[in-house]
Amino acid sequence: MNQVFAFDNISGILTCQAGCVLENLSHYLEERDFIMPLDLGAKGSCHIGGNVSTNAGGLRLLRYGSLRGTVLGLEVVLADGRVLNCLATLRKDNTGYDLKQLFIGSEGTLGVITAVSILCPRKPKAVNVAFLGCSSFQQLLETFQCCRGMLGEILSAFEFLDASCMNLLEKHLKLTNPITECPFYIVIETAGSNATHDEEKLHQFLEEVMTSSLVTDGTVATEATKIKALWSLRERVTEALTHEGYTYKYDISLPVEKIYDLVQDMRRHLGGMAKNVVGYGHVGDGNLHLNITSPSKDFALLAAIEPYVYEWTSQWKGSISAEHGLGLKKRNYIYYSKPSEAVALMGSIKAMLDPKGILNPYKTLPDNIN
Amino acid sequence: MSARVLVGVKRVIDYAVKIRVKPDHTGVVTDGVKHSMNPFCEIAVEEAVKLKEKKLIKEVVAVSCGPQQVQETIRTALAMGADRGIHVEVSGKDYETLGPLQVSKILAALAKKEEASLIILGKQAIDDDCNQTGQMTAALLDWPQGTFASELAFEADKLKVVREIDGGLETIKIKLPAVVTADLRLNTPRYATLPNIMKAKKKKIAMVKPADLGVDVSSRLEVLKVDEPPTRQAGVKVETVEDLVGKLKEAGRV
Repeated sequence: MNQVFAFDNISGILTCQAGCVLENLSHYLEERDFIMPLDLGAKGSCHIGGNVSTNAGGLRLLRYGSLRGTVLGLEVVLADGRVLNCLATLRKDNTGYDLKQLFIGSEGTLGVITAVSILCPRKPKAVNVAFLGCSSFQQLLETFQCCRGMLGEILSAFEFLDASCMNLLEKHLKLTNPITECPFYIVIETAGSNATHDEEKLHQFLEEVMTSSLVTDGTVATEATKIKALWSLRERVTEALTHEGYTYKYDISLPVEKIYDLVQDMRRHLGGMAKNVVGYGHVGDGNLHLNITSPSKDFALLAAIEPYVYEWTSQWKGSISAEHGLGLKKRNYIYYSKPSEAVALMGSIKAMLDPKGILNPYKTLPDNIN
Repeated sequence: MSARVLVGVKRVIDYAVKIRVKPDHTGVVTDGVKHSMNPFCEIAVEEAVKLKEKKLIKEVVAVSCGPQQVQETIRTALAMGADRGIHVEVSGKDYETLGPLQVSKILAALAKKEEASLIILGKQAIDDDCNQTGQMTAALLDWPQGTFASELAFEADKLKVVREIDGGLETIKIKLPAVVTADLRLNTPRYATLPNIMKAKKKKIAMVKPADLGVDVSSRLEVLKVDEPPTRQAGVKVETVEDLVGKLKEAGRV
């Protein structure tokens, strides 16, 4: 089930089977001067059907939006075997309820996605990456505001990692820090249709943040090999963490100003129980990847982390799962981010679409739902 | 030491780009394609800047031959720490046919004009893979050469060069003035950091024409045709050894 059905290079709409690997779709599109609207570390193995089922976020969300906007149609097999053909290739269609939104992000609990039609953006002619260092999270946030203002429409990614992440990258993967040591690092990517225009904007932005001391150091890359090297500093943090033993991973959405407070609070709260408490992620989208490590799985540490981290998130009206979904492990914590009436309605929809409970049982919805 | 080092930097198609042959087979597509500094030239710049930081040489001058766009490449060298740049203007047909012989004549002329005592170049460019410019420049100047350098050190009045050769490593000592070409393991080029990129904008790039240096850039070579390498033929899977022998016999191999 890995065939591309069609690609229209005027509208940019791609229709394909759910089993297509994301990276293969990217290559297919790049040959035709387009790109997929999403990009993530697992691109070499993940299927587009899975991406849609989990409403995957990734590195390009800041620029192209979520799958809820870019997916135009789906073909879904329902629990009773009926094939729901909502595989439209229309940008605008307000005829009735938008059923596909039920299945996007439903983690396979309402139906099995078998085909996808998705809107793809043009491949940018010019991509630049800047790697910057800030001395405080506050300055990082101000840099983000400056970035939004001066780079505007060409901004395609704004990611961060902290000094602890950089130490792990250097220690385990022997990657070099391209700039001086700073408490926070930012990866900024711009993508546009005109290299000269983009470079001018980027250089003006960089001059501004350097002279105003929002940024203490940084470097820029325009060549593909250097761009890959700078991105790997953000993309390989997960890999570096695996070398530290057991990792407790949390994917949280919070108001942007509060993101790093959670990391610092966890450090205070856990004290010496945890070996590492690191923060990195899609700061531009308000999404923190909080990772904690210990040499081996420690139930006492786990008890100290959960439900403290969920309560903390709930207090600031954040999401306990920004992009990773609930699945098996977080399904019972749904109430930290959703009111009980909402969860009850989800249960009704599940009962209607899958009365026998055969689709991905024990996932997504909490155990105590009737 | 009041030594001045000349570093040649070439603007080439970025090594990560997929190369496509022009439909008329006269060359490869360069329009709108990402270009960057030749990786071996980056290593050469890094080495020169390192020598300056160790106070073994006084000034690093980055040189590039080509149209307006090569100034970007010179700016990158300046951002890495070179002091000033020289842009030798060559454009149009002359640029298309510019090769090691013409460039080495230009570099030799500049070395004399700038009173350089050391020229560091990349061992070869990744577009033509010629590996000739360094050697030709040394010959034109009648200077000693240390090519494929993986290590460089000043020892008294000589330059110790460890060269990567087929059999292993060869260590030679050469007198200055000399030409050195950089190999992969000589160093790891630094990232140009923002403060340096900003400073580089103020550094000078002088413009000069080959004629001003008394160099004739006309080429004695004519490119007849450029083709892609033949596509790899798909392999055939066989079920049994008998099938394999049969297929080999069919293909006349056995």
